Amino acid sequence: MKHTKRFYLQLIFTVSVCAFLMIPVVLSILAGVTENFFIGISSGFTLRWVVEVWALYHKTIFLSIGIALATLAVTLLIGVPAAYVLARRQNRYTRWIEELMVLPVAVPGLATALALILLYGQFRGFRISWTFILVGHVLFTLPFMVRSVLAVMGAIDLKTLEDAAASLGATFMQRFLHVILPNCRQGILAGALMVVTLSMGEFNITWMLHTPLTMTLPVGLADSYASMRLEIGSAYTIIFFFMIIPLLVAMQWMSEPAKARKPSHG
Amino acid sequence: MRHIALLLPALTIFSAFWLLPMARLVAVGASGEMGIAAYWAVVTDERYFSSLVSTVVLSAVVTLATIIISGIAGMFLQRNRFFGRSFLLATLTFPLAFPGVVVGFMVILLVGRQGLIGSVTEWLFGEKLVLAYSMTGLFLGYLYFSIPRVILTIMAAAEKLDGALEEAARSLGASPWQVIRDVMIPGLKPALISSGAICFATSMGAFGTAFTLATKINVLPITIYSEFTNYANFSLAAALSIVLGLITWLALALARSMAGSTVAAAA
Amino acid sequence: MGSATNTLSTVSIRLAGCAKTFPDGTRALEPVHLDINPGETLVLLGPSGCGKTTMLRIIAGLEQPDAGGQVFFGELDVTPLPIEQRHVGMVFQSYALFPNMSVTENIAYGLKVRGMGEAEKQQRVDEMLAMMHLDTFAGRSIDQLSGGQRQRVALARALAVRPGVLLLDEPLTALDAKLRESLRAEIDRLLRSLKITAVYVTHDQAEAMALGDRIAVMEKGRIAQIGTPRDIYYRPTTRFVADFIGTMNRVQGLAEGENLRLPGGLLHVGPRVANEILFRPEDVRIVSTGDAQWHAKIVSAFFLGDRTRLILDVGTEQPITAETVERREFKPGDVVPITVDPGALLFLE
Repeated sequence: MKHTKRFYLQLIFTVSVCAFLMIPVVLSILAGVTENFFIGISSGFTLRWVVEVWALYHKTIFLSIGIALATLAVTLLIGVPAAYVLARRQNRYTRWIEELMVLPVAVPGLATALALILLYGQFRGFRISWTFILVGHVLFTLPFMVRSVLAVMGAIDLKTLEDAAASLGATFMQRFLHVILPNCRQGILAGALMVVTLSMGEFNITWMLHTPLTMTLPVGLADSYASMRLEIGSAYTIIFFFMIIPLLVAMQWMSEPAKARKPSHG
Repeated sequence: MRHIALLLPALTIFSAFWLLPMARLVAVGASGEMGIAAYWAVVTDERYFSSLVSTVVLSAVVTLATIIISGIAGMFLQRNRFFGRSFLLATLTFPLAFPGVVVGFMVILLVGRQGLIGSVTEWLFGEKLVLAYSMTGLFLGYLYFSIPRVILTIMAAAEKLDGALEEAARSLGASPWQVIRDVMIPGLKPALISSGAICFATSMGAFGTAFTLATKINVLPITIYSEFTNYANFSLAAALSIVLGLITWLALALARSMAGSTVAAAA
Repeated sequence: MGSATNTLSTVSIRLAGCAKTFPDGTRALEPVHLDINPGETLVLLGPSGCGKTTMLRIIAGLEQPDAGGQVFFGELDVTPLPIEQRHVGMVFQSYALFPNMSVTENIAYGLKVRGMGEAEKQQRVDEMLAMMHLDTFAGRSIDQLSGGQRQRVALARALAVRPGVLLLDEPLTALDAKLRESLRAEIDRLLRSLKITAVYVTHDQAEAMALGDRIAVMEKGRIAQIGTPRDIYYRPTTRFVADFIGTMNRVQGLAEGENLRLPGGLLHVGPRVANEILFRPEDVRIVSTGDAQWHAKIVSAFFLGDRTRLILDVGTEQPITAETVERREFKPGDVVPITVDPGALLFLE
């Protein structure tokens, strides 16, 4: 296939943009496994930085994973039913509620965190517990779960399916479990991946809310960038990439076949 | 009714942990020694005004640059299929999940004191180019996390463009540039506006990147942070963050009115 | 026969004073009284917005009638019961098959929620599959089925629970013409053999005529006329029904004793005195010049295969429509002598 000059110009441009984005990533990976970054690769490859990071921050990493999973659990429990109501009842109030729910995302995390501290900071037990951070994460990720599930519910003519199940004698719980949830599986899964990824990477809110005992991975990263040597910050970043990449791949994979697999009804 | 019961948990949590605290934040914002005037501090006081202006200007410049860069690269990737395309696409969307701190770190690795560019310029010109700890570094950082988001939105919109319109224009004699200017850009306008507004809002509210690069950079989120942490000036921090929140919310409301669904902001 | 399900014998349905006003103010149904006999197939026919679907949903229990309205299944007042407890079978316009279940699971769903045992459930499902000729599709997923197959699964699912009442909401509308005709015949056979009380909503007159024991023609939330297909077709009682069913010619003139003076001549109408007559196109007969009451000029002629439709100018304001099975060729401009049998004339107030 012959390509025009324009094609190559655009290609070079695009590749440069990709390079801009990727080169630091590569550098950080290299730095994380190099004996001494300032000397360069010639100083040799080593895993000691990664090991040191693990020793320093493994509690932080586990806490991050724990909070992400807890956030997922909460958003599933409160978000899926909420999405159902928003899908079934489409009126002025539900639109208001949707708008409202998005506010913690629209407004800078700083403001949300400040607000939480000002109101609840006085409750020492709550303030220093990981649940304080959990609250921030739930507020921030809830709209994503709801929107994801809502999108799927909108595509499947929920009302008629429910009417059909009801006509066959199914109670609400039976309808919810047998018909509604199974047909929202994709939305729930996509929402779940989104929530976990966002929670793992959340910084703006968490930085304000955290205490030395409740640090999450991104908070630890900031800590390591500020106070540790470059190699450790890089090694920690490698661990972060390592955890994030599978999630991103899963999300990518989910969105591709879904386009071809739209549920049809007749 | 059943529907209310299903909605209640979400509404309760939201009211208890966002609405109520926000109300208190607004109240605290007016409770300091400046009173309600604290909300005007952002325009009346020299320091805060300059902070606001630099934040707005930076966000605007980032938005413009991102749209142009993402527009070119996005259209190119959408319209052409070639070996390595998926790889390029993956590299462009990978940074989507990076928190601001990681982006800051990336900028340091590129143009920091030990950065790659610095080493290259030192080797070429004998002088190290260090940009990371200034507005330029921040600009690069914001660019870094904005490009992936906007590119995806543009590509999605480009997919929905009706190719027949471009063919019609070409059949009437339009040059490639004219086709872009007269058919494609108008066609992409909603997506460009909405992703631009999101980019703007995200940059306005971004904290992690600036924090990593240096706490001395004069953008509003950092100012708010200092007021709160260093000077314990809660009411001023509250007032400023409410103002910031209003601005970002307005920008996003604009985005939503211009296009159906939103890609969310997170930085 | 299953014992876990509540097998009602065919029931009668009665609507007493059922009206429906929606929250946004739309008046979908005016207070209506309706009696449907056990085993009867009643068709609700009318244009969109006439209230036929609303009425069906009130019978089903998906909508509640306004205060004072009651729905009876036999002697039982089912008004307070939601649809889950009314034991009806319902077929939806979009079929509403559950995408997450296979054909078998869909059909078995009503039995599953009633807690029927595995063996009995399977037996009933097999019965249904056989009855609807779906044996080969048992394990298939829904999106592998064609429109006609889905419709049969929807029917099977509704009938599996042995309901006393079958409600069908425009089940054939989504299908193409040929398929619609063949499925119409199948449904007709099914309804007759099952002897089930059925309420069938449609806007298609041919369907209504073919399937209904009685037809209720609806307009703007009211029943305009209810009767057998022949009643409706040959003896419409309102202008709306006359116009809605088939084509109706309407001619106005001046009453003169047993005749009607029309621009084209004098039409003998018999003892009934009126200024307006109505008649169907097929009642216009082409005769020899001597017996003709009109000499009509052909405006257009449409050869439809099994018959020819003629638009004729008889000197009145509007042309009339005639249909004939005569094989000769008709051309615009030709003059044909026609007459209308007085017995076929309709008079409306």
